[in-house]
Amino acid sequence: MAKESWVTEFPDMERSDLIALRKTLDGAYREFSREHGDLIESFFDPLLAFLVWFENLLIGAPWLLILAVIIGLAYAASRSWKLCLGVVGALLTIGYFGMWENTMRTLSVITVCTLLSLVLGIPVGIAMARSDRVRKLVTPMLDIMQTMPAFVYLIPVVMLLGIGKIPGVIAVVIYAIPPVIRLTNLGIRLVDKEVLEAATAYGASPWQRLWGVQLPLAMPTIMAGINQTIMMALAMVVIASMIGVKGLGQPVLKSITNQYFTLGLLNGLAIVALAIIFDRVSQAYARRTQKHSGGAGHA
Amino acid sequence: MHNSDKTRPLIQIRGLYKLFGKEPEKVMSRVHGGESKDRILADTGHTLGLRDINLEVRAGEIFVIMGLSGSGKSTLIRHFNRLIDPTEGEILVDGTDITGFSARELESFRRQKMSMVFQRFGLMPHRTVIDNVAYGLSVQGVAKAERLKKAAQWLDTVGLAGYEQQYPSRLSGGQQQRVGLARALCTDAEILLMDEAFSALDPLIRSEMQDQLIGLQSKLQKTIVFITHDLDEALRLGDRIAILKDGELVQQGAPEDILLNPATDYVEAFVKDVNRARALTVETVMKPPACRITAETIDEALNQMKKTSEDFGYYVNDDGYQGVILQQTLEQAMQKGNHKKVTSILIETVPAIQADSILESVIPDTLDTDFPLPVVDDHGQLQGQLSRSSLAEVLGDVATSQ
Repeated sequence: MAKESWVTEFPDMERSDLIALRKTLDGAYREFSREHGDLIESFFDPLLAFLVWFENLLIGAPWLLILAVIIGLAYAASRSWKLCLGVVGALLTIGYFGMWENTMRTLSVITVCTLLSLVLGIPVGIAMARSDRVRKLVTPMLDIMQTMPAFVYLIPVVMLLGIGKIPGVIAVVIYAIPPVIRLTNLGIRLVDKEVLEAATAYGASPWQRLWGVQLPLAMPTIMAGINQTIMMALAMVVIASMIGVKGLGQPVLKSITNQYFTLGLLNGLAIVALAIIFDRVSQAYARRTQKHSGGAGHA
Repeated sequence: MHNSDKTRPLIQIRGLYKLFGKEPEKVMSRVHGGESKDRILADTGHTLGLRDINLEVRAGEIFVIMGLSGSGKSTLIRHFNRLIDPTEGEILVDGTDITGFSARELESFRRQKMSMVFQRFGLMPHRTVIDNVAYGLSVQGVAKAERLKKAAQWLDTVGLAGYEQQYPSRLSGGQQQRVGLARALCTDAEILLMDEAFSALDPLIRSEMQDQLIGLQSKLQKTIVFITHDLDEALRLGDRIAILKDGELVQQGAPEDILLNPATDYVEAFVKDVNRARALTVETVMKPPACRITAETIDEALNQMKKTSEDFGYYVNDDGYQGVILQQTLEQAMQKGNHKKVTSILIETVPAIQADSILESVIPDTLDTDFPLPVVDDHGQLQGQLSRSSLAEVLGDVATSQ
């Protein structure tokens, strides 16, 4: 056999160099997390406190009260008794099969993650819509966030903050935030140019244009993004449970390792039920608030 | 529609250039060097939107800017309120150059001074009709009760009372544009910009809207800049018309100037198909009255008539035009000798026509009468005469000058 050449063998870097590189980076990051970990953790303390408080509230309150509040919210959003009846049925079934507490835990995490995603994501989406430069910068980041396997970005988060609720929330938000950012940007960019021009011609300030024209008209698209974000947050429940987020994900994880098929299926179905409730209620809300377009599209 | 304030230039545009592209400043020297639009686009990728526009809009007039698509008319009107910024040139409104305005000044200028009506209406689909009309006032921060009250009045003026709580998508095109018009009027701005405001409407609705605009304008005396690609519309609405071609002004003038004295072949080709009988008014083609009889006695009347070469005259007294007197009738009366004074028996009643009526409406009258028709103003004073031959000359296919 001929001597090895770069034509037949890929000219990769020396093994020792690779190890050195890994060691340096890992060491540096470990150093960084040791030095600043506490500080960063304390930065998230208010969020953690809120999470714990909200979770205890949902678990501690009488289940009938919680059910009533959920029905109330669902009705306020959708104005449909049929939908509310479905929600009651789903929640009662979940409770009957002994998953009430875990469902409340998941519900609290999902709610917090969704709110966080909206609070962070919508402004980013607005900034993207206003400036092409911001859009060019943010788009590849969103691509990475959506395609990078969740386990990979769990590593640095866990290294920095350890195992627990906060790293779980961060992981879920990273995974779930791209749709709301993308669709906020898209929605604002799709706003009828002449309508926006009219607002400008009547002397509307940028702020008045944003609140009076762009956001209201982009709302159907933004709502679709919010809906997607909720769905993706729910999809992350099982992975988040790997780093200590309690809820419906943990029994699923346990079922995988112990091959408990029925337990896994029941908890899986509970996640699906939550997803359907969120989806139907938010879509009914979006439809109800967009009645003025009358199906005829924008004038 | 004509008032005395009309000579005051309210908007002046001087040496306006607009070059679209990445680095317009660097390419301007080529534009000044006189290179053609196509050449500049091919060499630099910059599109020349407007070249050396100079115009004046007077207070209280309807100034129509006309051109085909791509002529730059929509670009031009967007310079009036700086929805588009010029590359070079001055835009003076009331003597102030608005190109130097800061963002703040521009906002208040747009709120107070100008409002705009759009081709595809530009209504906000998520607001009710009345909220759309009140939009300009809400931007200004006017209290809700006050702005809704005012909006309701304007909605009533444009004939849409009762539609307050509808959403725009439920309205027909004509109704939507009425909302657009009411919104523009609601801010009480002095200047109204109308960008192809009626172009998206059916012909019948369009002509209704034109009537409404003319009616409103006679009451409100706004200064209106109206963009259109339709020459008939331009001639109907415009006190003065500017014709734009490939970003350059080709001709500016009163409708009859454009129609009767087209400056270039381009304008001539444009005006060729216009129905002149509908576009021109009597006063634009009438001639001065050949013979005006003011005398009280037959004797003097005959003398007045003999000074002209006519065998008839228009009899005029303090109350204005009275009728036509024939030389023959006067001579017969002289021979009989029983009348010394000109009396009503001697006068033939020939109906007068109004100076501001359109030619089409007077054609039957000219055919019924043997004399050139007397033309009078609103007060019945004789202004001129319209003969069949001068009518035929203008309406005939001879697109020559007068």
